[in-house]
Amino acid sequence: MSTHPITVHPARSFKANSHDAVNDPHLRKSFRGAMDFLMAKRAAQFPDHNELEALRSLGETVRQRCLAKLPQLLEKLEAQLTANGVKVHWAETPEEANAIIHGLIAARNGKLAVKGKSMVSEETELNHYLEAHGVQAVESDMGEYIVQLAGEKPSHIIMPAIHKTKAQIATLFHDNIPAAPYTEDVDELIQLGRNALRGMYLKADVGISGVNFAVAETGTLCLVENEGNGRMCTTVPDMHIAITGIEKVVEKLSDVIPLYSILPRSATGQAITTYFNMISRPRQPGEKDGPREVHLVLLDNGRSQAYADEQLRKTLQCIRCGACMNHCPVYSRIGGHAYGTVYPGPIGKIISPHMLGLNDTQDLPTASSLCGACGEVCPVRIPIPEMLMRLREEAARDPEEKVPHPLAGQGAAYSPQLARVWSLWRTVYSRPALYRAFSWLATRLRVFTPRRQLGWTVHRTPLTPAKQSLHELVRQRQSSR
Amino acid sequence: MHATPAPARPGDVYFFGTCLLDLFLPEAGLDAMTLLEREGVRVHFPQAQSCCGQPAFTSGQPGEAREVARSQLGLFDQPWPIVVPSGSCGGMIKHHWPTLFAGDADEARACAVAGRVVEFADFLLNVLRIELRDQGKPTKVAVHTSCSARREMNTHVHGWALVDQLAQVERVVHDHESECCGFGGVFSLRHPDISGAMVSDKSAALQDSGAVEFVTADGGCLLNINGKLAHDGKAFRGKHLASFLLERTGGKA
Repeated sequence: MSTHPITVHPARSFKANSHDAVNDPHLRKSFRGAMDFLMAKRAAQFPDHNELEALRSLGETVRQRCLAKLPQLLEKLEAQLTANGVKVHWAETPEEANAIIHGLIAARNGKLAVKGKSMVSEETELNHYLEAHGVQAVESDMGEYIVQLAGEKPSHIIMPAIHKTKAQIATLFHDNIPAAPYTEDVDELIQLGRNALRGMYLKADVGISGVNFAVAETGTLCLVENEGNGRMCTTVPDMHIAITGIEKVVEKLSDVIPLYSILPRSATGQAITTYFNMISRPRQPGEKDGPREVHLVLLDNGRSQAYADEQLRKTLQCIRCGACMNHCPVYSRIGGHAYGTVYPGPIGKIISPHMLGLNDTQDLPTASSLCGACGEVCPVRIPIPEMLMRLREEAARDPEEKVPHPLAGQGAAYSPQLARVWSLWRTVYSRPALYRAFSWLATRLRVFTPRRQLGWTVHRTPLTPAKQSLHELVRQRQSSR
Repeated sequence: MHATPAPARPGDVYFFGTCLLDLFLPEAGLDAMTLLEREGVRVHFPQAQSCCGQPAFTSGQPGEAREVARSQLGLFDQPWPIVVPSGSCGGMIKHHWPTLFAGDADEARACAVAGRVVEFADFLLNVLRIELRDQGKPTKVAVHTSCSARREMNTHVHGWALVDQLAQVERVVHDHESECCGFGGVFSLRHPDISGAMVSDKSAALQDSGAVEFVTADGGCLLNINGKLAHDGKAFRGKHLASFLLERTGGKA
């Protein structure tokens, strides 16, 4: 196993990042506009509220059933894929996944990998790892290609370059693609990108892709995409390596239908994607194309931790549509990079703590007003606000407390002082005589109310108690009758 | 989304004033009670009430939340509806107390209380079937609904319907009306930058809507948005739906 370190993205700087983001008017305007556009597109796909709710219930049921049988389905998937001629590899950590993939490429003496979009490969920082080991990895999804040229990270899970302006992309292409003219015409830009990538497919030793649904029953890897680059990556090079998370397995081929039916509609507001690929085996004798070798790398990376807890398991229902971020008032104000994690937005807040531990992510679950917009649009009904509250609880829990399924970083936000504040709050608010004394004091001493109240007064006038509490006003009213 | 069935008109109700109204907006609570009484309902305000537990519940302190909630369980002995002038506190009791008390010795009591909670605007509209007679001058208002009230209690529809009963009041829609104002309880303290950006956009949208003022049935949102407007030196303000309805119908000098 390699000792190459994975650069985790500590979210400790989340507050500083979000401070910078909300004070960047260009970022605010561009994310607001993009998210408004995506919300309208999604809404147009679901004109019938009842149909939408029925589809969401179906999606939830399918995902929950598949998760309930996850261990068996993974075994079935492996057996079926193996029978089909696809080699299955298991990786507990990102380091293991990278080492497996590099090992496969190195065995063929490969130098160039062309990649379809894969968020799991972002989790493992695969490109970086391969680069360090002498393999060039080229992103072929247009958004990912732009982000890679810019040396950045995706800011959205399905629209990685949503933070980029046309002018920025024009400059990027002009500077990086040989003989590319400067143009801000979107069609011309896309064509420049496509032409630059076209030759890569033919030169590449290996194609790498993600997986949207891995079907246990048939041993089929389903890949949802719009650009055809996914199909190129998985058919042109001699070897195809797919990488995905262990939760992506579904039981039957028929389970794909309801999930695929709601995925693009929730994600980009498309009725259906341009391409839907089903990969079941390597090239067979007599076939003229397709890879001679196909591999699947199944990555855990903290998913087992979520799985072990009945409530948090729902996190794994996610089909990565990104609707929660499109509808999130926090995401639309700070963009994806501020989160500092591979997965931003509401889903990122509830999945990153399992991947990185609560020590590095404790600010994420608290960065929500719990408005519920995410849970309302989730196509598989993940109760995201509930998950956020649960993660807050685990972060605030005494690190020494024994619980059935402890989370990595339990107690990251625990402080004895804070615990005492809440305990005092409980004492006052659960004892009527004490509460009465407290509210009498608060109202009578209102002129002494602190003028600075933590974060509140950064943007607001101080909260000042009224002259008399409602309890008191009601008593006076009753006695005056 | 569900339509609230119209139960029989009760003679008595409990009033759960909420901790925010109690200390910071008591007039709004009193106005809500006056409106209910004007409709011929006897309003009972248990003096031992304090809070639904939501601040601790959303801060990862369910144990502390449960003990505060438990101290409220014995205050509603009669089988009367419990009217709550805040969608988020109402939603906390109605939808989260059953989970908070799951497996607890007091689960049945908590569920019984939860089942009787009705949000104030919902109660006026669907239980009392109130008919408001507008006595004010022509005006324009915007309505902001708290997110949990909207998503858990369907309160936005009730607020609109009540305002729409007022003949001289034009209800205007503001940009991104369904979006959160950025309050979120402890969120506003822990993430002032993000919360500030949200309340800044919300208060701008309300001011740009053409409304003279805004109304909301949630104390937290009201304190948040008015606090922002005051901080920025704006004259534009919001008020609690109860106070607005009482004013418009001649119940308040």
